[in-house]
Amino acid sequence: MLNTYQFPTFPYVQSEEQRTGQRVRKPVIVVGAGPVGLTAALDCAHHGLPVVVLDDNDTVSVGSRAVCYAKRALEIWDRLGCAGPMVDKGVVWKIGKVFRDERLVYQFDLLPEPGHKRPAFINLQQYHLEETLIGRAAALGNRIDLRWKHRVVGIAPAADHVLLEVETPDGVFPIEADWVIACDGARSGLREALGLPFEGQAFQDRFLIADVVMQADFPAERWFWFDPPFHRNQSVLLHMQADNVWRIDFQLGWDADPEEEKTPERVIPRLKRMLGADTPFDLEWVSVYQFACRQLDDFRHGRVLFAGDAAHQVSPFGARGANSGVQDTDNLVWKLKLVLDGHAPDALLDSYSTERVAAARDNLRTSTRSTDFITPKTAASRAFRDATLDLAEHLPFARTLVNSGRLSRPTPYRDSPLNTPDADADAFADAMAPGTNCADAPVTRDGTAGWLLDALGDRFVALHFLGDDGAAPASDGLADADIPVTTVTVGRRGGDLVDAEGLAHARYDAAAGTTYLIRPDQYVAARWRTFDPARIAAARDRAVART
Amino acid sequence: MTLNVQPNLPDPDGFYERLVALHRGLDADQSAVVNARLILLLANHIGDPAVLDRALALARDPATHRGDAAAAG
Ligand SMILES: Cc1cc2nc3c(=O)[nH]c(=O)nc-3n(C[C@H](O)[C@H](O)[C@H](O)COP(=O)(O)OP(=O)(O)OC[C@H]3O[C@@H](n4cnc5c(N)ncnc54)[C@H](O)[C@@H]3O)c2cc1C
Repeated sequence: MLNTYQFPTFPYVQSEEQRTGQRVRKPVIVVGAGPVGLTAALDCAHHGLPVVVLDDNDTVSVGSRAVCYAKRALEIWDRLGCAGPMVDKGVVWKIGKVFRDERLVYQFDLLPEPGHKRPAFINLQQYHLEETLIGRAAALGNRIDLRWKHRVVGIAPAADHVLLEVETPDGVFPIEADWVIACDGARSGLREALGLPFEGQAFQDRFLIADVVMQADFPAERWFWFDPPFHRNQSVLLHMQADNVWRIDFQLGWDADPEEEKTPERVIPRLKRMLGADTPFDLEWVSVYQFACRQLDDFRHGRVLFAGDAAHQVSPFGARGANSGVQDTDNLVWKLKLVLDGHAPDALLDSYSTERVAAARDNLRTSTRSTDFITPKTAASRAFRDATLDLAEHLPFARTLVNSGRLSRPTPYRDSPLNTPDADADAFADAMAPGTNCADAPVTRDGTAGWLLDALGDRFVALHFLGDDGAAPASDGLADADIPVTTVTVGRRGGDLVDAEGLAHARYDAAAGTTYLIRPDQYVAARWRTFDPARIAAARDRAVART
Repeated sequence: MTLNVQPNLPDPDGFYERLVALHRGLDADQSAVVNARLILLLANHIGDPAVLDRALALARDPATHRGDAAAAG
């Protein structure tokens, strides 16, 4: 196998407390330095929470894992200061094409409109993603205490803390935390140690996942085939990654022998049938997977908060694994900060579970539907699948039923207890209803072209629209409250943000006076047609569970 | 009325899931019977002979679809 990537080795360092044998208590310990644990740690650092990260390994993710990162995840990493290098290194795309045999059945565009800072998707090998996150953590200096070769081997929750037993090359030592964020992956030992059921289904199918190094002239698009001539009766998925590495998934069926299928003797002829005998290529990595969808019913267990694959596992059609995992920590960390600072009640953390369990159910339902379409479980299901494809080649309606994966989009928290519902008198278009993540738009700030989401940051914002000639409102001490709300004005001609193109006004259905209360994770908490400091303060209190 | 072949289902994936779930636990013959009943129910609801005749023709040979898209706008 050829390697385009040199795996870094991060040094093990014995901790002070293990060396001295002194038991310490940390405010927040993150277990697991995968994409989700690392993102959690960066978010803690951004909110000024000292954080320790424990990981049992000393390098980045090995093997063929995540490829596609969605706009919302990139926006979160933007807030944490590291999306730029990912987008620069990654392959930007938004078009998906679905073929049957050799014929194009239909294509979709995941971001048909301009005026967003981040693209619909990038493709990037998971090892590059993790290395970027680790680089960002290192750049923050001692705000993140990232400890390699620290495996958590025991957990004992108590009323006011959690005790972890940690194994390093120097033996086992105890460490305490006020809060633990469990990001230890799909096989989570913490989940198991706490005896929490992880329920769902495993799909009776196998997939060969190959990372192939080649010079090829496929475009930067997602190509999916049902029943192609080079792999009859099964499906194939192709993605371009960085460094001329291509990801190819071959559906194999349930009877395939996983060990046999991984051998070059089997893999190389398969690839030659697809790529043609004359296309030179090298294999970087090959694995055979069986996919599953399962989740915890509750992501909060006292002072242990589960996030990422430890909380929910999805089949990869739709790229909803890492993408939803980083949305977990995006939802969690600002809440944890308010609770640790004593500004919000402990109950705010229950809303983390409420909101993200609902999102996980949405992700699992969606990716289960895709997997059921790709791997029909019954003869009737297969007949409908084939009929859909027959019709889709000719009839537009059937194209909406073809399901090769519905790509990750953020799930709105429409039913969240943290939302203040629209008042009847304040008629609004549905798009940006409370519980929705904020849409981006191009704006000018201090004479410089920029983006609305960058101006929101990670604090409570009262986003006040001025229209053509509105005036900035009196904010009545909102900015000086214990949980401050910063007023940001957006006008067509003036204000903190100038919306010259009118896209911000259009996307937020805004007229002069319209005001949105935005949470620190850039979700809408409430909205009104006027600026009323008392209503803003009440909605803020509701959004932190203190009313 | 012409047969509408443009997308018309408010939640295509949800409908598809329920359609497949309808057949859970049925063998091939039972499935065929359930499908036949479903077609008869929907046909009765549609009623319009021109629409039904067009659907019958397209079900038999989807490739004969030419003018429907233009006709449907
Ligand atoms: C073939 C395939 C394709 C995929 N494609 C995509 C995609 O395109 N887009 C997408 O978003 N997702 C995709 N995913 C899913 C994605 O890889 C996962 O969702 C993601 O890695 C989850 O991140 P995590 O940080 O929760 O867990 P992990 O990445 O599993 O990280 C867990 C970390 O915890 C450490 N750890 C475990 N136990 C302990 C312990 N006891 N003590 C200390 N440390 C511990 C591990 O070493 C590891 O570093 C794909 C997955 C597969 C298999």
